[in-house]
Amino acid sequence: MTNLKHPITASAEVKSESKPTVDQEVRTEEGIAYGKTVGKPYSDNAKFTLRDVNVFYSDVQAIKNISLDIAKNEVISFIGPSGCGKSTFLRCLNRMNDSIDICSVQGRLELDGVDIYQSKRDVVELRARVGMVFQKPNPFPKSIYDNVAYGPRIHGLANRKSELDDIVESSLKKAGLWKEVKDRLATPGTGLSGGQQQRLCIARAIAVSPEVVLMDEPCSALDPIATARIEELISELSQSYTIVIVTHSMQQAARVSHRTAYFHLGHLVEVNDTDKVFTTPEHELTESYITGRFG
Amino acid sequence: MTDQTSPAELVRRSLKRRYRKERRFRAYGILAIVIALSALLVLFADIISKGYTGFIKTTITLDVTLDPEVMYLEDPTDPDELSMADFTAPIVRALQEELPDAQDKTAERELARMVGTYAPNRIRDLLKDSPELLGTTQTMTFLAHDRVSVYVKHADNDMYSIRLSEQQIEWVDQLREQGIIDTAFNDVLFSTGDSREPTNAGILGAIVGSLLTLVVTLVIAFPVGVAAAVYLEEFAPRNRLTDFIEVNINNLAAVPSIIFGLLGLAVFIGLFGMPRSVPLVGGLVLALMTLPTIIISSRAAIKSVPPSIREAAEGIGASKMQVVLHHVVPLAMPGMMTGSIIGMAQALGETAPLLLIGMVAFIVDVPEGFLDSATALPVQIYLWASSAEQGFIELASAGIMVLLTFLFTMNALAIWLRKRLERRW
Repeated sequence: MTNLKHPITASAEVKSESKPTVDQEVRTEEGIAYGKTVGKPYSDNAKFTLRDVNVFYSDVQAIKNISLDIAKNEVISFIGPSGCGKSTFLRCLNRMNDSIDICSVQGRLELDGVDIYQSKRDVVELRARVGMVFQKPNPFPKSIYDNVAYGPRIHGLANRKSELDDIVESSLKKAGLWKEVKDRLATPGTGLSGGQQQRLCIARAIAVSPEVVLMDEPCSALDPIATARIEELISELSQSYTIVIVTHSMQQAARVSHRTAYFHLGHLVEVNDTDKVFTTPEHELTESYITGRFG
Repeated sequence: MTDQTSPAELVRRSLKRRYRKERRFRAYGILAIVIALSALLVLFADIISKGYTGFIKTTITLDVTLDPEVMYLEDPTDPDELSMADFTAPIVRALQEELPDAQDKTAERELARMVGTYAPNRIRDLLKDSPELLGTTQTMTFLAHDRVSVYVKHADNDMYSIRLSEQQIEWVDQLREQGIIDTAFNDVLFSTGDSREPTNAGILGAIVGSLLTLVVTLVIAFPVGVAAAVYLEEFAPRNRLTDFIEVNINNLAAVPSIIFGLLGLAVFIGLFGMPRSVPLVGGLVLALMTLPTIIISSRAAIKSVPPSIREAAEGIGASKMQVVLHHVVPLAMPGMMTGSIIGMAQALGETAPLLLIGMVAFIVDVPEGFLDSATALPVQIYLWASSAEQGFIELASAGIMVLLTFLFTMNALAIWLRKRLERRW
């Protein structure tokens, strides 16, 4: 990972005439300038290459000119006050915003160098490569087995029942749930506890062997013990997957992630190695947030 | 604020007032429920008290001597003779044996009017089927005449006028004491179609007609309604056209049912030349009428599928189609089904559109197919309620009870389905 001290900001680079004008007001109420993203948003080993991303809900701009690289096999966490656009930005990465009619995404979003918003690209394929775990555990009202097997089934990943069984077993093992549920795979997934349900959702996401796993506040509905299990799991999973996690808990970001990105009102204010962000933030806003002055 | 009125004291005082208000509010609620329940109770009590006699028939059991001379019948295998023969005479003779004082011509005429109009036909049919019985004595049970039946069942009810002569009343009393005139469960009601004679009229034709009609309605309205709901809810773009469609579906649900009848008459019968009075056309009309109900309830059921389930499926990479078919529709199915059953129950009770497409005709035969002339339960009740004979009054009430039983069964089924298939997230 090369540390680019002075990242190229996008406005000069890829601004086409058809784009609506990007909000130029880049000062907070207190008069602190957002300016360019500070820290090290870029990487040589990028999985996701995101440049000049703007997201609009009708006329409201939710994401303002964000450029960021997400490296292979890193865990990056997005933090920031409510409504800062971190979830919206996360959802751009597997095009979950597509189903919202009024949402429009602009800019260059590349996965392994291929634009994911190209109209020709199939969103189904993208989502098979970029899995997602949601804020609230949302297992299907089906058996535990069927929950995990659903993805491999629809994508045709297993030809035989035994292959499917293997996928289910290994996914549940990776999600640290196998021991608890191996004797009751046929019982409904909705009957598990909250933490178990969330791990089931993680197993379901990794059953299709994605390259990236997006997690949208995966622990916000869980108790501290379940949260600790999930965090442990994230660390284990980071060896094989790239993980992007949105979180409200700064401690969590500090515990699990390699890099941390701080969002503020749609701007990406600062990205840096996690320990740097939490010990020596470069930007005034980041410092205010992590010291609890607002958020 | 002085010491006497500390905040706690104030709270306590206001608490008293609040509790009073709460009690009053609860009392209003209970009162409303009591009013509704008592209205229902009065309705049921009235219908049941008037109608239960509809489930009772009056019978006359006699030892009938099938005397060839009395009937003027030598050879029961000859159709001509069979049609000319007098089958009333043996019944009158049998009655005369029980009532020795009724021997003159007037008495004979009055006796003949004590058995149902179709009683002689029973003897004819018996002899036609088994000619060897000519000359023997058979114990036969006939339906009593409507007037006898009214007297037996409603002798002390002012609402019914007894149309029997003094003499006949005396005889009936006498025969009842001997156990010759008796009452039994009215199986005729459930085994035949309509009749001009109240004692012979049955509701089976109407039940079968209604069922056939509902089958057509269900087969058409359910798939079309569900498909329309799924498309509108999941696939249709949000624009003026879909808004317009949505508004008009709601309008359609509010259109009086008789308009659908007129539409059916004009389109299905007038334009397409389909036959009148048949369950097929009735079902089509009721399907049109039920469609909005099914669409609206199905859309509500689809809307109630939590978005988290959709997101979960989309997040794994399910296509729109897979999300809908694997998750949304199965989860919405209980709601769709309950909505459809309630729509069907509405259709079952619908009368007006069926009147217009001719399902109000007097039909004796039980329909055997979708293209047989038929009537439906509510129409049958309407027909009986507007008939002159007194025996039809109780039949109409009995018909209402049968119809209500069907409706309650369907509603209970809907509730059971909902409870059974309901899922918790």
